[in-house]
Amino acid sequence: MSKKILSLVLVAVLLVSAVFAFSSCKDEKKDIKAALICLHGDSSTYDKNFIDAFKQACANKGLTEEQYTIITDIDEDTVCYDKAADFADNGYDVVFADSFGHEAYMIQAAKEFPDVQFCHATGTKAHTEKLANYQNAFASIYEGRYLAGVAAGLKLVELYGDAEGKVTDENAKIGYVGAHPYAEVVSGYTSFFLGVKSIVPNVTMEVRYTGEWYDETGEKTTAEALIAAGCKLISQHADSMGAPTACENANVPNVAYNGATGKNTFVIASRIDWVPYFEYMLDCVMNGKDIADDWTGTLANGAVKITAVGAAAAPGTQAKLDEVAAKLNDGSLKVFDCATFTVDGKTLTEYLADVDDAGDFAPETNVIKTENGVTFFDESFFRSAPYFDFRIDGITEVK
Amino acid sequence: MKKQQTKQDQIKKEPLLRLVKRDALSAKKIVLIYAIAIVVSLLLSAIICSLFSSKNPLAFFAALFDGAFGSSRRIWLLLQDTALLLGVAVALVPAFKMKFWNLGGNGQILVGCLAAIACMFYLGGKMPDAVLILLMTVASIVAGAVWGLLPAIFKAHFGTNESLFTLMLNYIATGLVSMFITIWVKSGSGVLVPLNQGHFPELFGNKYLLTVLVFVILAVLMYVYLNYTKHGYEIAVVGDSPNTAKYIGIDVKRVIIRTMIISGALAGIVGLFLAGGIHHTISTASANNMGFTAIMATWLAAFNPLVMIGTCFFIIFISRGMVEVRGDFGFTNDSIANIVIGLVYFCVIACSFFITYRVVFRKASAKTAEADETKGGNKA
Repeated sequence: MSKKILSLVLVAVLLVSAVFAFSSCKDEKKDIKAALICLHGDSSTYDKNFIDAFKQACANKGLTEEQYTIITDIDEDTVCYDKAADFADNGYDVVFADSFGHEAYMIQAAKEFPDVQFCHATGTKAHTEKLANYQNAFASIYEGRYLAGVAAGLKLVELYGDAEGKVTDENAKIGYVGAHPYAEVVSGYTSFFLGVKSIVPNVTMEVRYTGEWYDETGEKTTAEALIAAGCKLISQHADSMGAPTACENANVPNVAYNGATGKNTFVIASRIDWVPYFEYMLDCVMNGKDIADDWTGTLANGAVKITAVGAAAAPGTQAKLDEVAAKLNDGSLKVFDCATFTVDGKTLTEYLADVDDAGDFAPETNVIKTENGVTFFDESFFRSAPYFDFRIDGITEVK
Repeated sequence: MKKQQTKQDQIKKEPLLRLVKRDALSAKKIVLIYAIAIVVSLLLSAIICSLFSSKNPLAFFAALFDGAFGSSRRIWLLLQDTALLLGVAVALVPAFKMKFWNLGGNGQILVGCLAAIACMFYLGGKMPDAVLILLMTVASIVAGAVWGLLPAIFKAHFGTNESLFTLMLNYIATGLVSMFITIWVKSGSGVLVPLNQGHFPELFGNKYLLTVLVFVILAVLMYVYLNYTKHGYEIAVVGDSPNTAKYIGIDVKRVIIRTMIISGALAGIVGLFLAGGIHHTISTASANNMGFTAIMATWLAAFNPLVMIGTCFFIIFISRGMVEVRGDFGFTNDSIANIVIGLVYFCVIACSFFITYRVVFRKASAKTAEADETKGGNKA
């Protein structure tokens, strides 16, 4: 009896493995292999955004599940190089890493494997390293954050505005939970703030940092501290659900990043849609074309997105957002219009930024431009990763 | 009749299950039992993984072994990670033998790493690499030793609980690392890019070999130290009974402090290799939780440094193999991998329990009681 069962099991196993063996050699369209390296797993909203887009783009480009691999929880140290090199060892044609700290290790791998393409989000070095097989990509997410800021401003007016839509200084205070005090975060919160300011001119904002990209407890307690400090609306640039949860508990409206939170206090979120870049990257590799050193996604090319308005959004928000987005797209509205903000009480006419990021922290490029009579800070033009790193009036940082 | 009743009373008082310590099993049997436990746990893991993906259970084993041994790079990384974990286990084992529960491995590794990175950051390029590496080595050893010394002084002189003390020092070490990164990284990104000076040399053109050799040699030295030296004997006596140690003239405080300096310093050396040999940078995650993982390696090896080579290898084999399984099976977070690793550990630890003890049921114990009575005579 037991022999009979054993033989049945063996036959079943053989059959199953045969099915899998044959199914994998069925129609493989193009024989490229692609890999995605993520800092955290899909419990992080930031990484989930990449994971979903990568799967989508691979499917759109006809890659089978055997042709792409996603590996998560790869730290920002030599482990990233080991993994990138391992993919190269195993015949992958293109490897993408999603976190700022992965950059040095991707470059290390790129130098060792000239026939494999290495692409990296949020990095700064591709335009100075000048390697044929190493590229950066990012998006002008400041446009999305500006729109999210407009929605936040409308919410403040709905909650606290008087008959003329004016909000008292006390009620015009908002809070922002940031991960680290560097350009990517500063550029993000400044554009959000300017969006709010376009609706509520007397808005002020308090920024606090957690020092970690993914720290659910830290983000939650930081948001709670901001609420306790009198902030009437919270937004964040960090990757967990910590801040949205704190807002939900305190019934304070929340503007999110990377996607909808599904909470009742959710107003809107901005996010980068990586599908356009991944499709472009895969296309280039399939056709043997060069990938751009610095690729910047925009509102216009579909890489910068805002979600559908949430349960807590003010009525009429969508119409206003459509109107503002149209102006951003035709270039008549600039997010960092120097006329809309001051630094130490003065209007900016020139600003040198550290665009080359040579490690000296010495600024060298004037990033203020004037076009059609508008003087503005030209973010994500000289390289894809943000370089807006100064603090404007109305925003206070608590470190 | 009376005798019968007392016997029944005795049986009633006995619990349904009780544990009896086994006589020593033969080494062959023990190895066999472990092997069965590992195979069973891996079979369970294969089933769990295939339930959550479209792959079949056989693919699990293929990926597991492929991840660990699939290329020469993978084999060297397996050996390197084994060596690092072995280094931490070697650091913890003298303390554990003394029954000093050093849970501060992570912190001791981190401060060792931080000290080396600080040397690289401030002195790199200002002196020849050989001198720099020497300074890094001294700094790491001293930093690790201090992190071990602090709880030892408090334990020896004030009887403070060493588990809590060492555990809390982990958080302080993490905080120090965050603080220094904030000071060093002017852009504010919180990422210290790899430093260029103070890299350890390659042996025979192989960048992994030095790490592997150093920690295997340290494991052998630790084996000799614990088993064939006066210090090793003192550690064993203090661990078994501090009062006996006092009675035969061992200075218990001195032994505790000396052993923890060694323990911390060795963990500091692991930090040194992370800084100079492998990552050339530091983050709060640099210790990779080895301070806790190594605890299991030492216990499974029954505190024998040579056996630890095997237990560390097994732990790293599973974790590196599971990285490949995650990729192959399309798991986009590490939860299922962690479940599987936990399951394997659980089976192995459970079987180590059953090797030491056997479960006796009431009925069986009644028979034993009867047997005892006929032997012992007028007990009732």
